[in-house]
Amino acid sequence: MPEKPRILIITGYGLNCEAESRHAWALAGADPELVHLNDLLERPRRLSDYAGLMFIGGFSFGDHMTSGHVFAARLRHRLREPLEKFIADGRLILGVCNGFQIMVKLGLLPGLDGEYFEQRVALIQNEVGHFQNFWVEIRFEPSSPCVFTRGLDRISLPIRHGEGRLFTPDRELLARIEAGGCVACRYADPATGRPADAFPHNPNGSLHAIAGLSDPTGRIFGLMPHPEAFLYPENHPHWDRRRHTGPLPERGLGLRIFENAVCFLSRNG
Amino acid sequence: MAFRIEIGLKRGVPDPRGAAAAARARGYLRLDVRACATRDIYLVDADLPADVQRRVRDAFADAVVARAALGRLPPPAFDWLIEVGFKPGVTDNVGHTAQAVLSDALNLPPAAPAPGVFTAVQYFIRGRGLDRAAAERLAREALANTLIQTIRVYSPEEWAAAPIALDPPVIRARPNLVVRSYDLSGSDEELLRISRDGILSLSLEEMRAIRDHFRRPDIRAARAALGLGPDPTDVELECIAQTWSEHCKHKIFAARVRYTDEQGRTEIIESLFDTYIRGATEKIAAAGCGWLVSVFKDNAGVIRFNDRWNLAYKVETHNSPSALDPYGGAITGIVGVNRDPMGTGMGCELLCNVWGYCLGSPFYEGDLPAGLMHPRRIRDGVHQGVIDGGNQSGIPWARGFERFDERYIGKPLVYCGTLGRLPALVGGRPSERKEVRPGDIIVMCGGRIGKDGIHGATFSSEELREESPAQAVQIGDPITQRMMYEFLIEARDQGWYRALTDNGAGGLSSSIGEMCRLSGGADLDLAKAPLKYEGLQPWEILLSEAQERMSLAVPPESLDAFLALARRRGVEAAALGTFTDSGRFIVRHGDRVVAALDLDFLHDGCPRMEIAARWTPPNVPPPRAPRAGDRTAALKRLLGRLNVCSKEYKSRQYDGEVKGLSVVKPFVGTRSDVPADATVMRVEHGADDGVVLAEGINPFYSDLDTAAMMESVVDEAVRRVVAAGGEWGTIAGLDNFCWPDPVQSEKTPDGEYKMAQLVRANRALHDICVAYGVPCISGKDSMKNDSVRGGRKISIPPTVLFSAIGRIGDVRRSLTMPFQRPGDLIAVAGITRDERGASEYHRLLAEAQGAPERFGGEPPRVRPAEAVPLYQAMDAAIRRGLLRSAHTPTLGGLAAALALCAIGGDVGADVNLDDAPREGAMDDDALLFSESNSRFVLTFAPEAERAVAEAFAGVAFAVVGRVTETPQLRLRIGGRLRVDAETDGLRRTFRSALWGI
Repeated sequence: MPEKPRILIITGYGLNCEAESRHAWALAGADPELVHLNDLLERPRRLSDYAGLMFIGGFSFGDHMTSGHVFAARLRHRLREPLEKFIADGRLILGVCNGFQIMVKLGLLPGLDGEYFEQRVALIQNEVGHFQNFWVEIRFEPSSPCVFTRGLDRISLPIRHGEGRLFTPDRELLARIEAGGCVACRYADPATGRPADAFPHNPNGSLHAIAGLSDPTGRIFGLMPHPEAFLYPENHPHWDRRRHTGPLPERGLGLRIFENAVCFLSRNG
Repeated sequence: MAFRIEIGLKRGVPDPRGAAAAARARGYLRLDVRACATRDIYLVDADLPADVQRRVRDAFADAVVARAALGRLPPPAFDWLIEVGFKPGVTDNVGHTAQAVLSDALNLPPAAPAPGVFTAVQYFIRGRGLDRAAAERLAREALANTLIQTIRVYSPEEWAAAPIALDPPVIRARPNLVVRSYDLSGSDEELLRISRDGILSLSLEEMRAIRDHFRRPDIRAARAALGLGPDPTDVELECIAQTWSEHCKHKIFAARVRYTDEQGRTEIIESLFDTYIRGATEKIAAAGCGWLVSVFKDNAGVIRFNDRWNLAYKVETHNSPSALDPYGGAITGIVGVNRDPMGTGMGCELLCNVWGYCLGSPFYEGDLPAGLMHPRRIRDGVHQGVIDGGNQSGIPWARGFERFDERYIGKPLVYCGTLGRLPALVGGRPSERKEVRPGDIIVMCGGRIGKDGIHGATFSSEELREESPAQAVQIGDPITQRMMYEFLIEARDQGWYRALTDNGAGGLSSSIGEMCRLSGGADLDLAKAPLKYEGLQPWEILLSEAQERMSLAVPPESLDAFLALARRRGVEAAALGTFTDSGRFIVRHGDRVVAALDLDFLHDGCPRMEIAARWTPPNVPPPRAPRAGDRTAALKRLLGRLNVCSKEYKSRQYDGEVKGLSVVKPFVGTRSDVPADATVMRVEHGADDGVVLAEGINPFYSDLDTAAMMESVVDEAVRRVVAAGGEWGTIAGLDNFCWPDPVQSEKTPDGEYKMAQLVRANRALHDICVAYGVPCISGKDSMKNDSVRGGRKISIPPTVLFSAIGRIGDVRRSLTMPFQRPGDLIAVAGITRDERGASEYHRLLAEAQGAPERFGGEPPRVRPAEAVPLYQAMDAAIRRGLLRSAHTPTLGGLAAALALCAIGGDVGADVNLDDAPREGAMDDDALLFSESNSRFVLTFAPEAERAVAEAFAGVAFAVVGRVTETPQLRLRIGGRLRVDAETDGLRRTFRSALWGI
C-alpha cells in the first residue's frame, strides 16, 4: 500500500474550519496535519514535506480590512519563497471560503501567466450586503483543467460568507480567465443547471456566476462554497425527505473534491 | 508624528456599506438620503519616512478595487460628510488588526509590538433638503453609538478647509494612583449615599454588615499588619459590592420568602433556588439519573454524553448592556457565554451557540421614552452583534427565537448560550474536576485590561436610568478570543494548568475571588496585569470587565512552558501572583497592599434578604367570541403575526454549518423555510450519536399565571426534543429567569405580586421537572428588568427560557416536522382542551376588537400523567422508525401547526379535526387554536398504520387526515370546511411579515 499523501492545513488567527477539513482529507485517504501559521513561519521549509496545502475557511483576522487581506499580506511577506517552490514542484493547493479569499488576495488565483503573487481579481461584499448561509447548486465546468473537480457534474453545497462576489472591472481579464479554463465551478439554477445570474441561486452577485477558480495548471483551486461541510448525507438540508425515496449515499458528496485530489496525488506522487 | 491613510473604492465598484447606511437613513429616520459613499480611515501613530508611509498605504488597500492616499483622497460629490471614530480607550478591533499588516510592511520581527493604528469610517451623504441637524441625527441614530464613538460632521466647504486631523484617540493622561478608604461610621443615610454614589448597589443591611465586619478588632489587627487602615479601601468595597451583587449572588433566589396565597395561607420558603431548582435536580439524581456529572457548581452544567465525551451547556442573558449598545452588548453576550463552557471543568471545545431575543416590535410607533433606542435599531444591533460574534468565532448556531411585546422596549432580553464538549478524561483525570493548590500561579490570559465594562455586575443589578454608566459597555473581539481558545485547548491537552475560569462580570475580582476558594486564598499583584493604557486605578484593574480573558491556576513547574506557548500563539498571558491557603484574598499594587479580604466574609457575609410575596389571581376577561364560520382569514393573520411568523431573513445571516456536524438544521422543509422543532447535530466526526436541542419560551401566559407559563415552557422544550428523536430519560434543562424587580418598594408597589409570580413559576418548575425526570443542570436569573426613563416605568413580563438538551443514539433516526409524502396519514397525539387564555388567537381577537387587554381564558396547563406515557410512546415509535414527521403545536394551536407542516412539505392536507383527541366542551375555535400542551402532529406511511396505532395504544392518539399532493390545506370540523387555503398563500403570509426587516 502506497504512503498516504500528506496534506498541510494552516490554522490560526481566526481560521476555523480545521476539524471538518481534517476529517475530509482523512476520509478521502490522505494524511492531514494541522499546523499553526506561526509554527510554519518559524520553519517555512517544512512546507516541502507536504504533497498538498489547504487554506481553510474562517475569519482570519476578523475579516478586517476586507476578507483574507491581512492573512495574505502575512504570507506574501513571510512565506513567498517556499510557496513559489511548492507551486513550481507541482503540488496541490486548495482554498475554501476565507481560504479562497486569501488565495485571491495573494494572487495564487487565477494565476494567469504563471504570476502567483499579484492580486488580479477581488471577492467583494455580497450584493445583498451581508453574510449569508444557505445551500446552493454548484455546477463544475468539464472544460477546466482543475484536478479537484474532474468528473464532477453538479453538487449542492452550503455557502457561508459575506464577501464572495467575484469582481473585476477589467472585462478583458475576465475573458482571459474564461478562456484559460480557470472557471472551475459556477452557481447554477437547480432546475435547469444553467449558470445562475440572480439571487438566490447566485447568492452573492458573482460575475459569470463564478463560484470557484482554478489556475491554468489545474493544481491550484479555490471556491466559496464549503465541500468540507458535506461529508455526511445528513448534512444535506433535504436528507430527511430523500431517505423516503431510496437509500442515501454512503457519504456526503462534498467529499468527492478531496477524493479527486488524493487520487491525483496517488497517481502523480 | 502620526500619518493618515484614506481608502476608498474605485469608480464602478459597488459599496454595499454605503448603500446599507442610506437604507437605514431612509428606513429608520425617513431622511431623503439618495446616496452614500464610504471610506476607511487609518491613523498610524508612528513617525515614518515618506517611502515607508507609501509602502504601508499600499499594504493596507485592496489592489484591485480600492484606491488609497496618504492624507486625503479627493472627496466624491457630497452634501454632508460624517466621520465616525472611536473614543479614546475604546477597543478598536480593526485598528488592532491593521497593526499586524503594519508589522509585516515594516518587516518587524513577529513578536515585536507594532505602532498603534486607529480607524474611522467616513460616510459621504447626498440627499435633498438635508440640514446639519438631519446629518447629525443620522450620525447619532443610525451610524454611530455616542457612548463609544465620536462623530464629526462636515459640509463640503468645512471639509475643504479642515486641516488633516492627526491626533490619535489615545488616553495619554497618567493620573496618580489613588487608593481611597471609606469611613463607614456615619448615619444610615450616609451609608446609602456611599453605595449609590459609587454605583455599588449595596443595600443598607449590606452596608451595615460591611461596617460591622471592619470594626472587628481581629480584622483591624490583621489589616494593620499589612499596612492597611481600619476603613475599607475602595478596592475592598468594590470587590465586596460586585461579589454581593444580585448578578453574582442571586440574592432574590436565595432569600427567605413569605408567600401568601389567594386564600390568605402563608408559607415560608427558604431559598427558591435550593427548594425548587436544586431540590428538583437532587430528587431526580436520587431517583437514579446516572448521567449528571457536575450541576450548579461550575460555569456550565455538565452531563455525560457517551464514554468519550461529556457535554457542558450554559445560557446567559446580556440585557442591560444590549439596551445601551445593542451591537456591543450582544457581541459581548455571545463571546462571553462562549467562555462559560470554555471555563468549565478543564475547558470545553465549543460545539454550537443558541440565541433568542425578546424585543419591542420593529414596527413600534408609540411613544418612546427619552434615551431609549427604537426597537428596530436594538433588534438590528443585537442580531448583528451575535451574528458577528458567532460567525467570527467559528461556532455554528443551533437554535434561535424572537418574541415581541411592547413591554420589552425598556429592556430587551438577549439570551445567548453555548454547548461545549469535554473529553471524559483529561490527562487521565476526570475532566470536570477543578483543583487549585497553594503555590499555584495566578495567570491571566487573553485581552488586556481597560476601563471597559466597569460596574457591569452591579449595574445589571439595577434598573436602567438616564445616568446609567457608559463604561458598562464592553466591546467584544471574537478573534482575540478564538486565538486564546485554541491556545487553551493546546495547553489543556499538555496538562499545563490545573484549573481555569472565565473573566466575566466583576473581572479579576470575581474570577480570582471565586477560584481562590479552592486553595483557600490568593495573593494578587495588579501592577503585573497587562493594561490597554496607563492610568487605571487599582480598583478599576480589579473590576474591569474587559473581554476575552480567562484566569488560570498554573503549577509553578509548567509556568514557563505555558507562557512560551502563549507567546508562540500570539496570546497575551501574565502571571499575577499566587494562590495561597491564608484564608484571605490579598490584592497588591506593586509594594502596596490595597485589599485584604477575609474569604469567609467575602463569600458568606452577605446578609440574607427577606421578601414578601402575595398571590392574587389576575382577572383578565376573554375576548368576545366571534360567530362560527370560516377561519381561513384568521389562520393567515395568525401566521403573519410577529410571534408566529418566519424569522428566516435574519437567521440566514448566522453561520449554522461550520464544523460540519449539523443533521437537523434550524430550518427544514422542501424549501428550507420552516423552523425545525429541534435541531440535531453530531458531537464528533465519524460517530453517529448526536445531541438534540430545543427550547420553550412563552412570556404571554405569565399575564394569567406564571405557573402555567412555566409548565408550558418546560413541556414545549422537552416535547420538541422528543419530536426530533431525543430519547426519553436523557433530557436535561437550563432555566433562565428574567423578571421585573420583585421586591416591594416605593419604586415597585406591585413587588409582592411579582414575587408571588416568581414563587409560582419556581414551584411549577420543580413539579414538572420531577414528574418528567428532566433535571435542571444550570441556569441564570436576571431580576431587574425594568426601565425608568422620562418618568415612565416599563417592566418586562416575567419570562423564562427553558432550554432542553437530549441525546439520540443514531442521528439518522431524527425526525423533522414537514409533511414528507402525499398519501401519508396525519395523526394528532395528545389531548386538546379549551385552553385559549393568553393564546395568540385570543390576543388577535382582542386586538381586532379594540380591547387588547381582553385576552383571558384558561391558560394551557400540563398533566404529566398524560404527557409522560405519550412521550415514552413517541420515543419507542421513533426508535422503531415508524414515523415520517413529527411536530409540536404551540402558538396558534393545531391550525397553525398543520399549516406549517404543509408549508414545509410543499404539499396540502385534508384533515377532519372532529377526530382529534379532546376533553371537555369546546367550540370550533378551541379545536383549531387552543394552545394545549403535550400534543404532536405526526405523519406516517399508510402501511405503517397498524404498527403506529399499536405503538400509541393507551395514550390519546387519532388519525385525523391525509397529506395531499394538491397544495391546499383543508381543515374540517363537524362536516364543515373551516380552513381552506392554498399552501403557497399561507407560506407568503408566514414568510413576508419580517422579510427584509
